[in-house]
Amino acid sequence: MFVRGLKRKCFDGEEDIEGTLAGFKAIPSYNLQRQSLLDMSLVKLQLCHMLVEPNLCRSVLIANTVRQIQEEMTQDGTWQMINTQSAGQTSLDRLVSTDILCRSSKEQAEGKLVPVYSTFTKDCEGTQSQDNSEIMSTVTSPQVPKNLQSNMWEMENPQENRGNFQKSLDQIFETLENKSPNTVEDLFSEVDNSYYDLDTVLTGMMSNTKMGHCDLETFPSQTSTNSKSNCKSDLNELDHIVEILVES
Amino acid sequence: HASALPAENVNTRQRFPCCGLLRLFNSQCSTTATDIISTVEFNHTGELLATGDKGGRVVIFQREQESKNQPHRRGEYNVYSTFQSHEPEFDYLKSLEIEEKINKIRWLPQQNAAYFLLSTNDKTVKLWKVSERDKRPEGYNLKDEDGRLRDPSMITMLRVPVLRPMDLMVEATPRRVFANAHTYHINSISVNSDYETYMSADDLRINLWNFEITNQSFNIVDIKPANMEELTEVITAAEFHPHHCNTFVYSSSKGTIRLCDMRASALCDRHSKFFEEPEDPSNRSFFSEIISSISDVKFSHSGRYIMTRDYLTVKVWDLNMENRPIETYQVHDYLRSKLCSLYENDCIFDKFECVWNGSDSVIMTGSYNNFFRMFDRNTKRDVTLEASRENSKPRAILKPRKVCVGGKRRKDEISVDSLDFSKKILHTAWHPSENIIAVAATNNLYIFQDKVN
Repeated sequence: MFVRGLKRKCFDGEEDIEGTLAGFKAIPSYNLQRQSLLDMSLVKLQLCHMLVEPNLCRSVLIANTVRQIQEEMTQDGTWQMINTQSAGQTSLDRLVSTDILCRSSKEQAEGKLVPVYSTFTKDCEGTQSQDNSEIMSTVTSPQVPKNLQSNMWEMENPQENRGNFQKSLDQIFETLENKSPNTVEDLFSEVDNSYYDLDTVLTGMMSNTKMGHCDLETFPSQTSTNSKSNCKSDLNELDHIVEILVES
Repeated sequence: HASALPAENVNTRQRFPCCGLLRLFNSQCSTTATDIISTVEFNHTGELLATGDKGGRVVIFQREQESKNQPHRRGEYNVYSTFQSHEPEFDYLKSLEIEEKINKIRWLPQQNAAYFLLSTNDKTVKLWKVSERDKRPEGYNLKDEDGRLRDPSMITMLRVPVLRPMDLMVEATPRRVFANAHTYHINSISVNSDYETYMSADDLRINLWNFEITNQSFNIVDIKPANMEELTEVITAAEFHPHHCNTFVYSSSKGTIRLCDMRASALCDRHSKFFEEPEDPSNRSFFSEIISSISDVKFSHSGRYIMTRDYLTVKVWDLNMENRPIETYQVHDYLRSKLCSLYENDCIFDKFECVWNGSDSVIMTGSYNNFFRMFDRNTKRDVTLEASRENSKPRAILKPRKVCVGGKRRKDEISVDSLDFSKKILHTAWHPSENIIAVAATNNLYIFQDKVN
């Protein structure tokens, strides 16, 4: 479990991991724990590779948890610090690449958890119960297949509401249906429907924020990252997701 | 050859004088269903016990009549009828499968020789008629015994068909299908005390039906926000008041219960009563909301109380007091420190049900490791029992179990880390008047009875 991983790698002899903020030492562990919970929640929301409609109650509860974490991060300043440090454009590039990586690797792996995690972690060993330290490790910018990206940029005309598209996550993010172009529908019509949700979340956000103007050239510049910017990019991702949630 | 067990079981250190809980014995180690049992329900007399499973099948058990010849078989439940209630469907518009899993079964009170029950999956409610046939007509004029039509020119005389006995046959026929009224997944159905209407509740809406009318239903609760991104709360369970046909309650994922009066308005968006316990700030965590989500709500037989089940507790509320429950029972508080792991493996979203006994003095709910718990409201005693083949020989008295929370583990105790979270008891039922309980443990149905005499 990630708690044990925390103990082993970061805090030898650290006892109270469960979230008390007493002392300087405990604070990073709480943040790591919270970040890990956030990552886990995002993954849970995105994992809808089922033939059956996902459980709406579960999705709502997880989404509320995500919102709760975001609110707390906003309050203690972690959120704002992250936001001011990164430009909106770079975050969009990151989203693009992440999405494509997610999608293609997901297609290959037929919807296993592993490839989704690989967007957040480097050298993911492949099990859901990996150490928290792995989750927090640096992420190298994924290689973006150029042809896929160009396809994304081309899709710009908005379309009508998709009608009865009612997977549970989509219900939560229904605003995307109304606002964003139906680029996902066109581009990924061959793709297993179960990946809709991840695509909707990420590409919808990209469309909303006028990604068409993004400069692909900026992408390689993100190859060098450190753990701090890794947190940043995760949070940027969350930022966009939660933007939709809280309609900021 | 039934073993004559001593009145005082030496294994039992604790005495539970309430309703003979001490002497619950394993009356039947069940039939193993091919599928996971998803709902269990006694009918109003307790004569019948229905189970629904993940494969859409309904199995009805009937209690054996008392017989002088075989006194030890008194009260055993035997299979009475089996039928396929729901089939898997495919929603072509959304490219989604509709599971055939039976979410709930509710019996109608018996009004004639036939039995009626409602069974529902995620989208469709069906009314089934279960009836016996032990006679068949013979001696038709126009057709012969095999059913073939006779040549009219060969008929020289008329006769009156007579009913002759035949082997008992129990047949189940679908009498009504209530479909296309729910966009979201149905989690509850409840028969009204007027016996003419019932309600079905999904994540966001509750509909009122008349049993005779299948092509329309009234929407009585709708909590769907205009903007779906504002959705933060869903309906988790709903039930009619046992005596007042205008009153019902529904619970939410935020741990609240709303009592509504249908006389107030057509759309019961405004509740008459709102039950919510203030949050304990010392126990607050990121999981607080999830574990407060109510998975089941049940009126007491008296109609004075409601019982709710959330992840760690069972609460009893007085209808006249909205600001807090009158009783709170800890089901498995040792899991409080494991919430993150349980969130990761999704167990935290398990929906446990809860039931009252016939006199509303004892409540029961399930837990993990095939454990289930009973709480006596009067004596405040509780017991943990296990439904498993290994530990319950037929007719053996159930031994109380104990989970060790830390420190030294005694011989019969089990430590928290050894609990099997894949063995969860979500569905239980209590006979309406006797101390007979039915416990569904994954594929197995256990029936335990109170050993009297």
